[in-house]
Amino acid sequence: MSNSESGNVGIVIVSHSAKIAEGAADMVRQMVGNAVPLAWTGGDPEGGLGTNVAGILKAIEIAWSSAGVAILVDLGGAETNSEMAVEMLAEDRRGRVVICNAPVVEGAVIAATESSGGSSLSAVQRSAEEFYA
Amino acid sequence: MSLNRAAKENLVRALAVSVIEHADELTSLDQAIGDGDHGLNMKRGFEAVLATLPGLADKSLPEMLRTIGTTLVMKVGGASGPLVGTFFIELGKAVPEQPTRSDLVGATGKAIESVKARGRSEAGQKTLLDVLVPVQAIFAAGADAEAIAAEAAKAAVRTTPMLAKRGRASFLGERSIGHMDPGSRSASLLIGAAVATLTIEAGL
Repeated sequence: MSNSESGNVGIVIVSHSAKIAEGAADMVRQMVGNAVPLAWTGGDPEGGLGTNVAGILKAIEIAWSSAGVAILVDLGGAETNSEMAVEMLAEDRRGRVVICNAPVVEGAVIAATESSGGSSLSAVQRSAEEFYA
Repeated sequence: MSLNRAAKENLVRALAVSVIEHADELTSLDQAIGDGDHGLNMKRGFEAVLATLPGLADKSLPEMLRTIGTTLVMKVGGASGPLVGTFFIELGKAVPEQPTRSDLVGATGKAIESVKARGRSEAGQKTLLDVLVPVQAIFAAGADAEAIAAEAAKAAVRTTPMLAKRGRASFLGERSIGHMDPGSRSASLLIGAAVATLTIEAGL
């Protein structure tokens, strides 16, 4: 997961399935190349289906950008674990991470496309959430 | 209430064993109305807690509870990690080193409010709150240890006819009716273990 130093908003994909998370990340890369910092996480520590806070924290670190990070999640546990992870971030980072209320695959591609144009974190979040509203 | 080092270690072991020994039961409850990982997830979390002994029991009671919570958050996975972990973290923030009964009532009340916020839920939605809330209410009203443990077990059973409104089980709609909520069952096991140990160790 190599990442750009573009200063664009980072994208984190959180799915219960590592295959879905990785596949969604592949679709993002196809759309925006390396213009956007990107990371994905999925599965429990034993390789089964699930999400976990440690994996999400690591993904946020990989995709970190001074412009902030937008997280796309699939089902409930992914959201709860992502919210917990955000609260565990250092105070100066906490306010620069948002969880988008959008479908994980479509939302990730739309958010990344918006980010690649240099949009702000709030514009990236809005684009993902509005597209399917 | 004052817990010495041995009492704290006994409390941690009792909590962990209560969940680990029932992991298969929790999994089968979760297979009926969820994604079937609750037993495995809780077992992994509490095995990680056990692995922090004996050092864990050297900590002060508030610090020990916060450490248990953080370990659960990081190791359980699923929504249960943040929910059960938040309970222990916030309990640790709210109790003094030697809590009175009234301190414990206040601290458990605060911890339950944090669980509600974390899950954006209330009692009545077929979640662990359907055990935590009524048990805390009778604890606050002065119930003894035996009554608290009995209420925890009964409250878990009372989730059986409920319609799930949060979590994976809510996807099933009316088909969630007729199965006990796995999160309520694990909460009742933990409460039962805590009450039994605190009765022996501290005359709760």
